[in-house]
Amino acid sequence: MIDYLWLIPLLPAIGFLINGLLGWKLGHKAVSWIGPSVVGLAFVVASLVFVDLLRLEPEARHITVPIYEWIRSGDFSVTISFLLDPLSMVMVLVVTGVGFLIHVYSVGYMHGDRGYARYFAFLNLFTFSMLLLVLADNYLLMFVGWEGVGLCSYLLIGFWYEDHYNAYAGRKAFVVNRIGDYGFSLGMLLLFAVYGTLKYDAIFSQAAHGVGTWALGAVTLLLFVGATGKSAQIPLYVWLPDAMAGPTPVSALIHAATMVTAGVYMVVRSHVLYLLAPDTMLVVASIGVFTAIFAASIALVNNDIKRVLAYSTISQLGYMFVGAGVGAFAAGIFHLMTHAFFKALLFLGAGSVMHALSGETDMRKMGGLKDKLPVTYWTFLMATLAISGVPLFSGFFSKDEILWQAFISPHGNFWIWLIGVIAAGFTAFYMFRLVYLTFHGKSRVPPELAHHVHESPPVMTIPLSILAVLAVVGGYVGAPKVLGGGQQFEHFLEPVFSRNAEELISHLPHHSASLELTVMLISVIVAFTGIGVAYLFYMKRPDLPVALASRFRAVYTLLLNKYYVDEIYNALVVQPIFHLSNSFLWKVFDVKLVDGMVNGVARVVENTAQRLRRTQTGLVQNYALGFLIGVVLIVGYYLVK
Amino acid sequence: MSPQHYLVLAGILFSIGVTGVLIRRNALIVFMSIELMLNAVNLTLVTFSHFMRSPDGQVLVFFSIVVAAAEVAVGLALIVALFRLSGTTNLDDFNLLKW
Repeated sequence: MIDYLWLIPLLPAIGFLINGLLGWKLGHKAVSWIGPSVVGLAFVVASLVFVDLLRLEPEARHITVPIYEWIRSGDFSVTISFLLDPLSMVMVLVVTGVGFLIHVYSVGYMHGDRGYARYFAFLNLFTFSMLLLVLADNYLLMFVGWEGVGLCSYLLIGFWYEDHYNAYAGRKAFVVNRIGDYGFSLGMLLLFAVYGTLKYDAIFSQAAHGVGTWALGAVTLLLFVGATGKSAQIPLYVWLPDAMAGPTPVSALIHAATMVTAGVYMVVRSHVLYLLAPDTMLVVASIGVFTAIFAASIALVNNDIKRVLAYSTISQLGYMFVGAGVGAFAAGIFHLMTHAFFKALLFLGAGSVMHALSGETDMRKMGGLKDKLPVTYWTFLMATLAISGVPLFSGFFSKDEILWQAFISPHGNFWIWLIGVIAAGFTAFYMFRLVYLTFHGKSRVPPELAHHVHESPPVMTIPLSILAVLAVVGGYVGAPKVLGGGQQFEHFLEPVFSRNAEELISHLPHHSASLELTVMLISVIVAFTGIGVAYLFYMKRPDLPVALASRFRAVYTLLLNKYYVDEIYNALVVQPIFHLSNSFLWKVFDVKLVDGMVNGVARVVENTAQRLRRTQTGLVQNYALGFLIGVVLIVGYYLVK
Repeated sequence: MSPQHYLVLAGILFSIGVTGVLIRRNALIVFMSIELMLNAVNLTLVTFSHFMRSPDGQVLVFFSIVVAAAEVAVGLALIVALFRLSGTTNLDDFNLLKW
């Protein structure tokens, strides 16, 4: 089945073509079947490929499937070919699996929408691009997928484009992303200049043998700039909260489970380069942990259910980068996987709530929904327990692994661990705050919405349930030895990292089990403290948060306004560029210079013609004079010769 | 004997013809000047025929005279037509092709 690897991206691509070109004609029902099933089939193929992969010896699990030679120029060649190894396998399974569930959910959520076929076409196109990204065996093809998912993000955020704000949000996402892509492109160019190729295998084996290490600091930093754009880290995270303008399943798929993880995947894929540039690794981990706590702090006070989840995503992505930055690449990917499960579930659950409340997202207008939306509530609770790091749920194992690695790895340090733990506390707090405000207590739902409240149809609740199961049990494949687990996930991914980086991967000194358990215990205590404080604030003593907000009004306002980052960017970057474009680039450069040159050429032609036309007098005798002059010149020439 | 005198005469006649073509306003005079140019050429041909003791020049003169005659016929017809159309033979007035 591995030979048919190309089927995996091809199926969603076909779905895109059919839904996009013929969807309007085929009708609602056909699109409802074609959209999800191409992704479902891709998942089936991926599973069969996975089975085949497991049959191979761990060292042999590195297969290149070439498809087509895309560019050939002298010695330079870029092929469309796919790399199948444990890392890309995990990503493919997550993308197709979670993607399939979200496609099914969308059938219910987007029911009756005017752009139904367009929605599924874009969603399929996104899936295709993402698969291209994770299966690529060279940086250029990855970049094609990278740009493709950025495009689909733009298209889907601004899906309901008639509302001006949605279009603005889509544009903002694309432009901010593009800034990151600039860094990525520069990194790629530098890689090509140093190594002469863009294929992973060629670059990594050369780098591991010491070729071009001087450039790797710059390369890794530039690639990471791209990652901060795509994966919403500081400083390029600002597009993700506004991206909530798109349909909620889009937020679940693109801005939680898959697209935003592309940056993490890229860093992990390039682990050889990063391990050879330890300074950049520190930068990655630092930005990761700082983003984690920064975004978590904003989520503490936000009142919009989707915004809280958006900042939560930014925060959790920070954790994944901490994992990568301290050398715990497998842990970062592990968290990527568990996060895909519970974050997608959280978003879909929020969508279910919004569906029941006719689109309301303000949590101050919710409350008391747990009995009216039982399936939504219970699945949402599972995901919340997972993200808060409550033991035995998936998020506990993955987040804990990252924090432990941050604590003991030679690339990590105590401060990264400490800030990570504090952010974890914040996470538990704001997530349970969200649950209490939305589902518990007395209902604050306005009367006109209250009688529409109903549980979502099975086409939406079944994916929720499946994701809930994954959010609970998905962590067991990575359970650490110290708790009796087999760490299968880490072992599965190990060959990827030992291939070229055997000497570079720091083999951790033997640590005591009690140290690991102590660190784990601290995380658990912090998590439960967060949950406890949330319970106190929103269930038992709702007067407390109000009192705190007015007592620390300045801090509260700062957090509620997201540290005014958007306003700062607007003043420092957007407005100056806008004015530069308006008053100089447009009025001077374009109008005067460019138009001037074009018009100038026309004017020169016109003046010359004006002068030349005077020879056309219409008088025969003038023309005869011309004859004479010509004859004289010719005869004279021959005479003189 | 030398041909110079005849050739110089032919040259002067030709020049007078050219000047007439370029300067005169009346179309008929211009035609007469063209005839003058043709005759100058004929004189040159006959001169060379005589001094090179060969009949070739005189044969060419025959050709030339025939062409001149045909040309005059057509030309005068054109002038008559133009005159009937516009009432004038002043060449300066026919400038419809001016820019």
